[in-house]
Amino acid sequence: MSDSKLIDNSNIHTEDMVLNMGPQHPSTHGVLRLKIHTDGEVVSKIEPIIGYLHRCFEKHSENLTYEQVIPFTDRCDYLSSMHMTHAYSMAVEKMLDLEIPERVEYIRVITAELQRIASHVFFIGVFGLDLGAITPVTWMFKDRERIIDLFEMLTGARLLYNYVWPGGVSHDIPEKFVQRTKEFLDEFEPKLVEIDQLLSTNKIFIERTADVGVLDKDIAINYGVSGPTLRASGVDFDLRKKEPYSIYDKLDFEVPVGKGDMGTVGDSWDRYNVRYLEIKESIKILRQCLDSIPEGDVHEALPRKIRPKKGTIYSRYESSRGDVGFYIKSDGKNIPSRVKMRSPAFSNLCILPYLSEGWMISDVITILGSLDIVLGEIDR
Amino acid sequence: MLDKSLIDSIKSISDSISFDEESQIFNIEKVDEWLEISTKVKELGFDYLMCITSIDLEDGNLSLAYNLNSTGSQASLEFNLIFSADAEVPSVESLWKTADWHEREAYDMMGIKFSGHPDMKRILLPHDWEGHPLKKDYEVADYYHGMYVPKDKTSWE
Repeated sequence: MSDSKLIDNSNIHTEDMVLNMGPQHPSTHGVLRLKIHTDGEVVSKIEPIIGYLHRCFEKHSENLTYEQVIPFTDRCDYLSSMHMTHAYSMAVEKMLDLEIPERVEYIRVITAELQRIASHVFFIGVFGLDLGAITPVTWMFKDRERIIDLFEMLTGARLLYNYVWPGGVSHDIPEKFVQRTKEFLDEFEPKLVEIDQLLSTNKIFIERTADVGVLDKDIAINYGVSGPTLRASGVDFDLRKKEPYSIYDKLDFEVPVGKGDMGTVGDSWDRYNVRYLEIKESIKILRQCLDSIPEGDVHEALPRKIRPKKGTIYSRYESSRGDVGFYIKSDGKNIPSRVKMRSPAFSNLCILPYLSEGWMISDVITILGSLDIVLGEIDR
Repeated sequence: MLDKSLIDSIKSISDSISFDEESQIFNIEKVDEWLEISTKVKELGFDYLMCITSIDLEDGNLSLAYNLNSTGSQASLEFNLIFSADAEVPSVESLWKTADWHEREAYDMMGIKFSGHPDMKRILLPHDWEGHPLKKDYEVADYYHGMYVPKDKTSWE
């Protein structure tokens, strides 16, 4: 009786299990709910459910003056507030056709790149934490704290700055700011090697991330993915290079793209590594700006009242998460008739169901973590 | 400023496309043709859909603005669709997957109906929400799940 099975499996009733992750879950980076359909441990379908942080940003904007919208943009992406206010200010300036003083542009780029470092450093910390490495988050928060201290010195606030205004910045940089920033860079730059040793070449980290959640170039573009997530898939697309705004065309820096050093191009390790390399580029930009910041009046171009003429505008900006777009429609009044924010993380998250299919539940955490989403910006 | 040959090749797709020189926007009159037009536009290299914005024009008409980008040539386009509030717009989800969530948002916020979308439901608001808040004539309901919604908020300040 060697050919007959002891247990006949063919009649066993099986069904998909639906696992609910979030809205309150440490790995969802905010209040995101994932409805995960699993076949055993393998994910067959994911439904992201968003909207828990919806604060009616777009509706509020229709009842506020252009100036009053600025603090609301701060709160969209609370991990890179400087980028959001900068993006919004650029859109309004485009409507008003304003000429911005050189000094303001330098200050804006300095704050933007500091913010990019802070955001990426935060990502490395929490991404490590997602994968079970406790040390990175404590180290990274220490470095991020230094940047936040610099911003506190500059604006008086630690997270939501309301610093960049259409036409300028709220006030000039304090006397010792340039020197303190240089001191920070001198101390921080050698420490990057530690991050490398801690995560990039860590065997467990590589096994958890390499070849996991591979995002193909064409699919990434089709889904509207942007920022480091897109560049990790091998697409050399950075608005700072492709459509240079502010003073980025004068600066010398590289755009890191994913090369698949540890596995395939576009895997989770690449998404991590691109962000790590971007920190180095940001330091390079900062050093150039800090050395050549010109003198001038930062309030010179501030408009007395903002009242753009009728029409629409679409303006793009490269934030730490990707391509931020502001679509503003003006009726010729001092309040916008429609403000739409194209949130980069919104489009980056919509790829999650595609990426996670066929992976284990623990890999979903890796993939979601590597997308670096901020729910404040997705839900607006 | 857009390239002259590009403008001509887009205008030759359909008669219902008109180009506004000042704002550099393509206006489309017949909404039903949008899927065919966008298929041709994608073939011209516009593979990246950046944003879909829904706008209430306050005269019974709604509008959709599609911002497209070409990752190859870096050219950007804007298409503007104007249609009456009860019209259906063909979904472009099959061409650009970005449109999936952006169209759901346009439905959620502005009540625009898309034909051919695989999973049309609310995205940011709860599924049992009444009305579409970004419409200019939207009024907050008196009650939500039996809870009174206060409208006079002066006492809060």
